[in-house]
Amino acid sequence: MQHLGMGQAVNQALREEMIRDSGVFIAGEGVGVSIHDSPMLPTHGLLAEFGPTRVRDTPVSEAAIAGLAVGAAEAGLKPVVEIMFNPFFTLASDMIVNHAAKLRYLSGGKSSFPLVVRMKSGAGFGAGCQHSHNLEAWVAHCPGLKVVMPSTPADAKGLLKSAIRDPNPVVFIEDMMLYFAPGPVPEGEYLIPIGKADVKRPGRDVTVITWSKMLGVALGAAETLAAEGIEAEVVDLRTLSPLDTETILASVRKTGRLVVLHEACRTGGFAGEVAAVVMEQAFDSLKAPLRRVTGPDIPVPASPPLERFYIPDEGQLIAAVKEIV
Amino acid sequence: MPASKEIKLEMLRSMLLARKFEESLTELCTIKNKIPGMMILCTGQEAVGAGVCAALEPEDVIITNHRSHSHLLAKGADPKLLMAEIFCKRTGCNKGKSGTLHLAVPEVNAPCTTTVVGGGPPIAVGRAFAQQYRGEKCVTVCFIGDGAANEGSVHEAMNLASVWRLPVVFVCENNVYAGAQRYEEHTRAANIADRAAGYAMPGEVVDGNDAVAVYHSVQEARERALAGKGPTLIEYKTYRWRGHGENDMQIYQPKDEIARWQAACPILRLRADMLAEGLVSADEVRTMEAQAEAVVQEAIRFAEESPYPEPHEALEDVFA
Repeated sequence: MQHLGMGQAVNQALREEMIRDSGVFIAGEGVGVSIHDSPMLPTHGLLAEFGPTRVRDTPVSEAAIAGLAVGAAEAGLKPVVEIMFNPFFTLASDMIVNHAAKLRYLSGGKSSFPLVVRMKSGAGFGAGCQHSHNLEAWVAHCPGLKVVMPSTPADAKGLLKSAIRDPNPVVFIEDMMLYFAPGPVPEGEYLIPIGKADVKRPGRDVTVITWSKMLGVALGAAETLAAEGIEAEVVDLRTLSPLDTETILASVRKTGRLVVLHEACRTGGFAGEVAAVVMEQAFDSLKAPLRRVTGPDIPVPASPPLERFYIPDEGQLIAAVKEIV
Repeated sequence: MPASKEIKLEMLRSMLLARKFEESLTELCTIKNKIPGMMILCTGQEAVGAGVCAALEPEDVIITNHRSHSHLLAKGADPKLLMAEIFCKRTGCNKGKSGTLHLAVPEVNAPCTTTVVGGGPPIAVGRAFAQQYRGEKCVTVCFIGDGAANEGSVHEAMNLASVWRLPVVFVCENNVYAGAQRYEEHTRAANIADRAAGYAMPGEVVDGNDAVAVYHSVQEARERALAGKGPTLIEYKTYRWRGHGENDMQIYQPKDEIARWQAACPILRLRADMLAEGLVSADEVRTMEAQAEAVVQEAIRFAEESPYPEPHEALEDVFA
């Protein structure tokens, strides 16, 4: 099987979908000609292959980029637009939150908005808080949006292809650090359903629920814990909205213990939603209080030691597990 | 092409319908208290919607804003379905989900009324992009007000539309007030249309109470867009007779100013011109007025007799 970074897997999904459907186009800042000419990046080579009608470099105008997607989707095209970094979502948010998410409802179901907004996220490259700020909980709070955060290159390919074919607006958040961590990716047609979580490692003693880059932390910690006789079940949500409560509850009912792990800061983070679902529907199964392992409530700092302090690590997760097992 | 007799008749009919529609809504919400929510009317501004839409073909698209009723009626939306939606009934064009503020009528290519001020232009860019992408021979008109002109999203949209030569006509209805703020208080430049120069697109100031002038200006902008020459910004100088909404006390609007603009009524003007040109008789105008009144009364009757949605229907139509 081919081994690709997540950026390459995204690239392959985009390419295959553009070949399959002439209504698919991509637009954003530097999606055609980029300041980084790297084959590891998601839109590399697409301009040369598909031309400037379907691969549109835009001005630095996030509201216009997102509005472009909304209007074109209403007309029946399949826009895949890029908001370069997750924190710039604020500039595009009116179009996504007030329009992409609501216009179908406001039309009484007459219109649909088959669009994808891709955003790069994640700390770890020293750019600081205006480039690194994971805002998935904001987006997941908006009815009418689907929110996908892949953790592996294969998942990114399968989920993005599904997102492009979905008749609804999908916010697709890619952690940049995963662009450079190759993994196996199926060739050709490969679809992963949106709204289904994936048990990445089975276990009996504790459930760790996570998504995106933190999956690596969870799997690493699970290895260490296994050596000490603690079997952690690692559940990768893949999709935050719609949330696969069935898989979450089944795992917690099996293990009786839960730690939720995410990189985003703590207060109002999506771990709170996962915890609430479990408390409401599986409280009787819990043998111990649940735990959250998250970034601290600070902006992501730039200095490497400070940034490392920000990003949750295996040690923190192991400590949280040991508190409740 | 100069406005034909048929076009002028169409515009007069459209303006009469819009006026009756809005006057009936004033009565329904301020006197009879029959409609919930906000009520934002275009009374006195009918020449813009009528003139713009008379210059469009059915396949042309409009993206409109909170003051949308005359735009949608002129584009051909069914008055009964609009009225039922304004009454928030299940039979409304959006099943009661949108109410008066977000009327969406995709069946006449009016897919989006956005009340986020400045929300329309980026979407119009997307709609026009789709027209260009598919090589369709049609345009997108985006209605904004003078208040929206100061939103950042409008700047982004106008720039992108120009860079990509998109077939958009940006229509700015300058009705002197943005909420309670007079034009001079929110904008220093004499004309919004002057900003077009910053986007290298044509900008034009037009008398917004002159339906024929409105028609001609959109006709030209549309032809330019279809020829691949990109967007146009047209500013229509007009006036908001009513408040921002029907609950507006209008303490900031001088009474003599309102009276002056009412004397410059766009309907009286077109009617007088058409009478003078012998295009219509006084009797025919009276018949047209009666017809408009009958259409509105029928729409109100339909809306009043229609049921509200069942509460559980609130959960429908979120996802496709």
